[in-house]
Amino acid sequence: MNKYLIFAALISTSCFSLLNAKELHRERSLYRNVIVTETKDIRCMRFETRRKKVSNQACINLKKPNQLVFEYAQSVLAGLTYNPSPKNILIIGLGGGVLPQTFEKILPDAVMTSVEIDPAVVSIAKEYFNYTENTRIKTSTQDGRVFVKRALRKKQRYDWIILDAFNGDYIPEHLLTIEFLQEVKNLLSDGGILSANTFSSSELYDYESVTYQAVFNQLQIIKSPTKGNRVIFACNCSDFHKIPESSGKLASQLKKYNVDLPDLIARISTEIDWDESVKPLTDQHSPANLLKR
Amino acid sequence: MCFELLGGRLLAPYFGSSVYVWGSIITIFMLALSIGYLAGGRYSMLKPNLYKYGGIFILSALSLMPTIFFSESIMQWVFDRIEDPRYGSLTASLFLFLIPTAIMGMIAPYSVRLLTQSKDSAGQTAGYLYFISTLGSAIGTIITSFYLVLWLEIDQIFWFVFGIMFVAGVLANVVAIKEKNEINE
Repeated sequence: MNKYLIFAALISTSCFSLLNAKELHRERSLYRNVIVTETKDIRCMRFETRRKKVSNQACINLKKPNQLVFEYAQSVLAGLTYNPSPKNILIIGLGGGVLPQTFEKILPDAVMTSVEIDPAVVSIAKEYFNYTENTRIKTSTQDGRVFVKRALRKKQRYDWIILDAFNGDYIPEHLLTIEFLQEVKNLLSDGGILSANTFSSSELYDYESVTYQAVFNQLQIIKSPTKGNRVIFACNCSDFHKIPESSGKLASQLKKYNVDLPDLIARISTEIDWDESVKPLTDQHSPANLLKR
Repeated sequence: MCFELLGGRLLAPYFGSSVYVWGSIITIFMLALSIGYLAGGRYSMLKPNLYKYGGIFILSALSLMPTIFFSESIMQWVFDRIEDPRYGSLTASLFLFLIPTAIMGMIAPYSVRLLTQSKDSAGQTAGYLYFISTLGSAIGTIITSFYLVLWLEIDQIFWFVFGIMFVAGVLANVVAIKEKNEINE
């Protein structure tokens, strides 16, 4: 019964938002159709998928451009409590470029490199989401896994890596394996932080969790109260047990971005609520997208 | 097709899953098949028999070995030398897939030769073979992408393909020996 109710709710909300959202722009890219929609003051980038459910990739508030619309983006910013002044930040999956633009304002010394596979997403981010490249904001248009492998070869290191690559369905399967996460870990500087945007509502949950656990050992997690998002934090360090304390300065700094830092930190969990007996995903065996269904 | 799908999975860790990776794989498979068809047709002119036919199957199974055992080092080698992922994935596909796919491609024209009874029925025989091989491709694709990747590791699926090719080759030889014995009797 509950299932049907949720289903009905999903249908009605998605229809509702479809009716109200005005389509500003539609672009056929190499990978999919990318659509820009606007509802009142909220402008969103959306990937057209076969499923009826709307999959927004990025949203901005036109009236209050500082405010982060997505809960997951707010949770990602909580990563600043682990290291308040990262110098090199790598973001895999650009979306509207909301995160690098926010970091540009908060972190005066940081350099943000975003990796995006789809050139159409980059051009739409620039045209509709105020994304601008400069000496501190850089974009690399290529596959995230290839970028990571190349960066390792060049012996580059990042203080903060944010995994946020979605293909409209879920995270591409070659970005969800032990081997990939090990490469990401190797790319982190000593004590470098990983933040990964994932979802808790799928059969993949257990597999994904044990895969992160296998590479990073200790995870800290913020689950979104309303949507299915969960942000995983991990660290290239030996001890990542302690939940950080909220700093008043950072909290007040983040307020204008719609980030309630004390609340987020209070919600950080180290609890293991997944089945640890499942096998982690590997390059050899990663039926990730099939499990998702 | 099963092999082609696995190719995509095999290359992803080194070259990503961009469109050009699939472009490389399909290019190499088509190139390999065209070479295989030509070679298979030529080979069928040289006293065709079931032994040789079975031999092609066994050879194609064996040619999968380098892909099974050395794909990692081959891809790493290419990755270290070619920065552009388009030509990187094309080169890696060339090393990994050209030879096995070409040998598999030899099977179709050779089958036409063995099955053709007369000039009149040649079209029907070829049509039947196209039917079987294309239907086989469809089944291989759906089984691999829907189920095999869910149950097995990539290498295990390669061994599965190896097993099928090898057994088919051995069967062809068994049938050939039986026929020979019957004629002798």
